[in-house]
Amino acid sequence: MYETTYHRPGSVAEAASLFSSTGDAAYFSGGHTLLPTMKARLAAPANLIDLRNIPDLKGIQASGDSVTIGAATTHAEVAASNDVAGAIAPLAALAGSIGDPAVRHVGTMGGSVANNDPAADYPAAVLALAGTVHTNKREIAADDYFTGLFSTALEEGEIVTKVAFKVPETSGYAKFRNPASRYPMAGVFVAKHKDGSVRVAVTGAGNDGVFRWNAAEEALSGNFSADALKGLSVDASGIMSDIHGSAPYRAHLVGVMAGRAVANLGTLTMD
Amino acid sequence: MANVTITVNGKSESREVEDRTLLVHFLRDHLGLTGTHVGCDTSQCGACVVHMDGIAVKSCTVLAAAADGAEVVTIEGLADGDELHPMQAAFREHHGLQCGFCTPGMIMTAVDMVQRHGGNLDEKTVRHELEGNYCRCTGYHNIVKAILDASGKMGGVQQAAE
Ligand SMILES: Cc1cc2nc3c(=O)[nH]c(=O)nc-3n(C[C@H](O)[C@H](O)[C@H](O)COP(=O)(O)OP(=O)(O)OC[C@H]3O[C@@H](n4cnc5c(N)ncnc54)[C@H](O)[C@@H]3O)c2cc1C
Ligand code: FES
Ligand code: FES
Repeated sequence: MYETTYHRPGSVAEAASLFSSTGDAAYFSGGHTLLPTMKARLAAPANLIDLRNIPDLKGIQASGDSVTIGAATTHAEVAASNDVAGAIAPLAALAGSIGDPAVRHVGTMGGSVANNDPAADYPAAVLALAGTVHTNKREIAADDYFTGLFSTALEEGEIVTKVAFKVPETSGYAKFRNPASRYPMAGVFVAKHKDGSVRVAVTGAGNDGVFRWNAAEEALSGNFSADALKGLSVDASGIMSDIHGSAPYRAHLVGVMAGRAVANLGTLTMD
Repeated sequence: MANVTITVNGKSESREVEDRTLLVHFLRDHLGLTGTHVGCDTSQCGACVVHMDGIAVKSCTVLAAAADGAEVVTIEGLADGDELHPMQAAFREHHGLQCGFCTPGMIMTAVDMVQRHGGNLDEKTVRHELEGNYCRCTGYHNIVKAILDASGKMGGVQQAAE
């Protein structure tokens, strides 16, 4: 890892002003993506601006309509939250399925959503639960937020402060994990919202990262059951192909995971 | 350079270190506490697990500067003088180690696991929660046995203390 200078601001405003005054800087939350990247010398920010001790970025609030999670809230805190489990059980279970216990103690929701790894779990929940990403400048709807592999609508220096997830009528998440890395090779979050709309978000499989599977949404809108998905398959041309699995294999997995998510509403189903 | 003060195994330790110093190197190179191991350096293997403010973390993926002000417990801080911690004693009793390289991280992970689940651990949970700790020798069976045994004993200790 190259040399760097560590900063610990006490507020969002101070963090943003450090970012612009120091020039070459990166925000640092759990560091569980950024530090491995820096060790591999794939990133070498001259300044690290630690967000984890900023009180405004922490905590969980639940109302009847939404669950709002501060960016610096750890995966373990989300997994252990009765408020999250009570309102959107699969979201708590999703957080509790990321990495391993030590990773969950440090990694944060905001870091995951800012990073938008094509195999990360959280983006599927943000998109299916019609999330709103709050930043220090504006609010961004999930549909406008994820813009491709490791890319988001965030501008240079913009800070994710919290994400508000819409409480659905019901939802479910199923993923098939890569046996080595344990990241999803296909993860599907299905949500039926209180206004009757259905959203199906797919992570781990898309060439451009997380995406909504419109054909499945239409099928489920008429008949919200696993039967409605039978025979449906996602177009393999937009699906990732690598040593772990070909595009047709992953495309097939997406269909299977969607079926499992609908068959096991209110839960997380793995492997 | 960063001035870092961390309470390690109950003792306040201050050092001036490079900002990029990892917590594991602070412990090993600056404090000479070499019980905490580096197996992979890529956040996978768990040989470097220590407790920071009461929870298990991979110290190869925490900056020492970010741990400034924290309380850290390492494998060296578990025993009470000559008396092994119940988890250490159980690893010895059940042959939960062969070469011993993974053992400090296994034990710190295991103690954290029991602290979170109390005496309610079952084999499935133990195996699942060992996801981030690799052992290349034992095949895990005896590690799981040791954790289950110690979890009963530690649960008893905690209750007696209340
Ligand atoms: C062994 C291991 C296994 C893992 N397994 C999984 C898994 O199964 N599923 C999964 O989804 N993830 C997994 N992860 C990733 C983990 O969830 C990370 O914690 C997460 O992706 C990033 O969160 P962080 O807080 O660590 O972010 P950091 O590493 O601190 O930051 C990540 C990126 O986001 C930026 N950033 C951070 N916070 C903000 C903010 N508030 N506003 C703007 N930008 C910000 C940083 O500048 C950086 O570019 C794993 C990681 C490890 C090490
Ligand atoms: S050395 Fe830290 S996880 Fe392997
Ligand atoms: S005892 Fe050798 S790696 Fe676990």
